[in-house]
Parts: sequence; C-alpha cells; structure tokens
Amino acid sequence: MSIDNVEEKVLENETDAVLSVRNLHTSFFTDSGEVQAVNGVSFNLPKGKILGVVGESGSGKSVTAYSIMQILASTGRVTEGEILYKGENILKYSKKQMESFRGDKCSIIFQDPMTSLNPTFTVGWQLREALQLHTQYKTKKAANARAVELLKMVGVNEPESRIKQYPFELSGGMRQRVMIAMALACEPDILIADEPTTALDVTIQAQILELMKDLQKKLGMAIIMVTHDLGVIASMCDEIIVMYGGRVCERGTADDIFYRPCHEYTKGLLRSIPNVNNMKEKLVPIGGTPINMLAMPKGCAFCPRCENALKICLTEKPEELEMPDGHYAACWLNVKKAYDEEHGEVNANV
Amino acid sequence: MSEETKKNSEYLVEVHDLKEYFPVKTGFFKTTPLKAVDGVSFNIKAGETLGLVGESGCGKTTVGRTLLHLYKPTGGEFYFNGELVTDNNIHALRKQMQMVFQDPYSSLNPRMTVEDIIGEPLDIHHLYKTKAERHDRVLELMELVGLNAEHATRYAHEFSGGQRQRIGIARALAVNPKFIVCDEPVSALDVSIQAQVINMFEELQEKLGVAYLFIAHDLLVVHHISKRIAVMYLGKLVEIADADELNDHPIHPYTLSLLSAVPIPDPKMARASKRIVLEGDVPSPLHMPTGCPFRTRCRYATEQCAKEMPPLTDRGDNHMVACWNK
Repeated sequence: MSIDNVEEKVLENETDAVLSVRNLHTSFFTDSGEVQAVNGVSFNLPKGKILGVVGESGSGKSVTAYSIMQILASTGRVTEGEILYKGENILKYSKKQMESFRGDKCSIIFQDPMTSLNPTFTVGWQLREALQLHTQYKTKKAANARAVELLKMVGVNEPESRIKQYPFELSGGMRQRVMIAMALACEPDILIADEPTTALDVTIQAQILELMKDLQKKLGMAIIMVTHDLGVIASMCDEIIVMYGGRVCERGTADDIFYRPCHEYTKGLLRSIPNVNNMKEKLVPIGGTPINMLAMPKGCAFCPRCENALKICLTEKPEELEMPDGHYAACWLNVKKAYDEEHGEVNANV
Repeated sequence: MSEETKKNSEYLVEVHDLKEYFPVKTGFFKTTPLKAVDGVSFNIKAGETLGLVGESGCGKTTVGRTLLHLYKPTGGEFYFNGELVTDNNIHALRKQMQMVFQDPYSSLNPRMTVEDIIGEPLDIHHLYKTKAERHDRVLELMELVGLNAEHATRYAHEFSGGQRQRIGIARALAVNPKFIVCDEPVSALDVSIQAQVINMFEELQEKLGVAYLFIAHDLLVVHHISKRIAVMYLGKLVEIADADELNDHPIHPYTLSLLSAVPIPDPKMARASKRIVLEGDVPSPLHMPTGCPFRTRCRYATEQCAKEMPPLTDRGDNHMVACWNK
C-alpha cells in the first residue's frame, strides 16, 4: 500500500474529524543547518476522542503540537503540509484569525505548570485575561464569577480565595489544575496536553488524569495527549500514534499498539519497560543512542538502532502499510513479509 | 543490641532510627526543624537491592545522602558491615560505599576528561602506584560499563544522557564498592535508554556482588530491580516488604493508593484496574500533622492516628507495616 491510500483513508475519515493534519513538515533553521523536526506527519483527530502521541525526546511529538497551535520558536517554520480544522487550513489563517483559534477552538497545557503561569499575576488575573479576551464574560465581575466556577470544575478547593493567590503559593498539582481551567475557559473543541503530568507525582498524576478523562466526557472535547509514558497512554487513549525521528512509525488503537505492535521501534519500546505480568523478566533494551536530528539517516530513521534492518532500510524511507483494520505501520519488514506471503519466500534483502 | 552482635550481623547495611532535620528560618529569630527524615530503619544484605519509593519531598533522596554523610545525620545509627559509621571513618568507608546521582548532566565535571572523572576516586583513595596502573584500571572500568576505550580523552558534554550515566556508574565502581546508593539513576533518561542502564545495574550486581539502595519514583522500575521495597511518606517509612509481596498484598493505605495510581502500560489491565485517588496534597513537612503523617489523607484515620505514630510491625514473612488500623 502506498502513501496515496493512506491519504485516501485520511480523507474518508475527515468528516468526523475535528482536526486533520496532512503531510506536516516543520523545520528549525539553526546555525548548524536545517533541522527537520517533523517530517511528513498525517493524522485525524476524531471528535470527542483522546489521541495519544508517544515518542522519545527528539521524536517531534511536541513540535507537532506546537505546529498546530502556531507557537513554534522563532527559528521554526511549517514548510509543507496542511492542518485542517473543520475543513479550513489554519496555516492560511491571518494573525487575527489565529488568535481567535488559539484558546477559542484549541488550547494547550504544558508540562511544567510553574513556568507556564505568570508568577507576577494572581491566578484570578490570568484566568480573567483569557475569559475577557475570548468569551462573553467581559466585565471583571462576570469573569471573576466564571473563574471561580472553572476552578470548582477542575477540583480546586476554596476557589474564591485561590483566585487571589499567586502561582508560587500553589502546589504542582494545583497549578496544573489552574492551567487546565485556563485551557477550558473558552470551551475549546480541542485540547492539546503536552506531557501534562510528567512533572507531577504519581498520586497527583492519577488525580489529573482522572480529571481530564471526566472533563473530556462531560464537555465532549477531543484531546491530543503528547507523552513519553506508555502507562499514561495505555490508560487514557483511544487511538495512538507512535513517532520516531519526526515521522509516524505506527498508528492504531491502544490494543493494536500494545498487543499487536508491527513496527520494530514499537516492539522494542514495549520490551524495554518492565512486563507487568512478570516483573522479574529481563528487560530487552533498544541498542544505540537516540537520534541526532542534525544528521538524519537517509532511509528509515530507526534503521541505525534496528536489529532486523534490511538493505533497503538504509536508503529508502518506508511508507505506511495497513495491517488490518486501520492499524498502520511504516516498516519495510512488513512490506517484505507481505511480499513473501504472496510470492513465496524470496532470498532476503529485497 | 550490643556492639558485639553487630559485628556478626547478616546484613551489610543496618540503619537504625536515622534522622535528618534541616533548620529552616520561619521568622526573624525563629528556626523550625524540617524533619526530612524522621526515624527510618532498614537493612540490606550483601549483593541485594532495596528499592526506596515515595513522592517528591518524602525524604528518599535525603536518606541516601545522609547515609554517605553528604549531610551530617541529626540522629540514628548506621552500621556498615558491622562497623558504626561516624564522621571519623566515613572517608575510609567511602571506599566501600559510593553513589550514582540522578542528573547525568550536572553530576560530571565539564572541565574534566572521562579518564580523570573515573580516575578521581582512585586518586583520592590512593589506589594505584603508577600512572599506567591508573590508566589500565580506568579502561577496565569503561569496558565494564560498556564505554569505548577511545572515549577516555573526551569530555562529558560529548556524550548522550545514557552514556553519561555510564560514566557516573564507572566512577562509582572505581573503588570496588560493596554498596552503591543509586539516587534516581534512570529518571532523566529516555525509555529505550533506561532499559540499557537498568540491565547494566543488574549485570554488575551479578558480576561484582554489590548491594544497591535504589531510590526512584517509578514503581514499575523499582519493582523490577529490587528484592525488597520500602515505601516512604513525609520522612517516615510506612511499609517495607519483598517486592512481589508488596505489589500483590500491599497493606498500608498509602502504599495501596500509590500502587493503584501507577499507570499500567497494558490497556486491558488499565481498563480493569480501579484507581484509589487520594484527596488533596502532601502536607508541608514544616507543618507536619501530629501522629501518623498520612492521616490527613487517609480514609481509615481514627483518633489514635492523630495521637501517636504507629510503629513498624511485622505482619508475617518480614512484611513490615506502620499503621494502626490495617
């Protein structure tokens, strides 16, 4: 199957997708050259679903999220592709349109709630800012009342006194709740959560994850959950995208990815975490070191660390092949396997 | 217990009632002790791994650092191989106890070559006679942790996170220690690299018979690597048991909610599992609740919990729990 078929499939699903990203390329232009952080990523975000994006540092998962919000660092630029929100390409939006898209239609919460809140303003001030800019709560009084409501919704106790406090007076979990309240202020269709719980402790992480699940059910928004934690992905997401080196290497449902992985990287990732059914089983690490984005391999990005790499992996980027039922993987080994099954075993190295 | 029985102890590491208080200024003339570690006791046998888990601020890192006298202990005793560790003999004992730090970026001197970083403990403890001997030992250590010999002349910034952590481990191994405190040694690494480092810790233990105090917040990793696991909450040990036992039959309400909060990397199990979500946040260690520190978030708390800290009691098979009601 070629990339066209994937795109056809993407088009097919577009009707029930709030957001579809097509062939997104994002590069950073640095002193040491162009870094292609995202390299042809396509996906659909279905309405009211949680999409997990999992990958290691440098896989391009956060850059994909920032590209959607158009909040890339000054050296970064989307060089190719489309991001369609309800059929409109947001990359063509004017600055003003983009401002109303951000917050109104789509919001983001970041990993570190301390550095993403302004330390010099009270929590209430920061919540009011979003409300007065984007919603009908234009007066200070109305916005204040709404802020209290929002804080109550995300489980902050004593919201009336909290809105007078500064971020440093709150604990990490509380700050993340305030961030979520801000993100929900305008009742967006899409919430992007970039490692929302990485900086938090496990018990607080559980609180925040439960909260996000509840709110998603209540408000019916779609969530893009960007994380490196396979545990978070398994317990939260309906569909999963696995990224490596700026490309999607596998996509499917949670069960597809965890029980029927078809890409060598996904398989390796699952073998390198403790097996919950047999904790004492030896871990099988992925050899080598994480990818150097400045010196990307010509072929498959994972090829230098892949044990079963073929000759073709060195020179050609694999395209996504449909394993059954909307489960896709971009790996030459699957192409070879399919070919072998059809034509009988052919002497290795296609 | 008398000094004599200690000498023949079956444990390599014996910690009794360890305390570490930090003075914190709470007013113009007032300082309040922050009880980071408050009466912690545990034992580790030679060649074994004890996992120490807990949330941030519970004092797990302080335990590790206090053992090596990186902080001067406020109270308690630590017997290493039957010998009471004091300020006077700690320098010599560091030949047998070492530490691996969490952050492989800030724990290596950027101005030193890898050879000098790994060789520094050898210099301090005068463990070689000639330069050539030192060089050989460094190369041997580098091979042990899977680093190339030609990397010896490079600087730390030229390595990736996983390789830096290997350098840190080689440095800890230089003096042939019997006991290593591993303070969150894999949490700064990517998942695929974590497995490499964890496997290396296990192989080194098999090969060299070192004991680890493995401090981490990732419960899955700790369960995988540890023989026994100790759970800390606000400076106190609340439960300590064999790894599988603790995982299968946790008793303390805090351990229960901690384990249920771990996101399981298995969709079916994750769907089936029920989280016991704890209300509220960890109280500030400056305003510690009276009695059991967990009682403010505990469903089972009674009056007795407010009055007195429950002692660690054995519930069979060396499964120790500190709780009045469970």
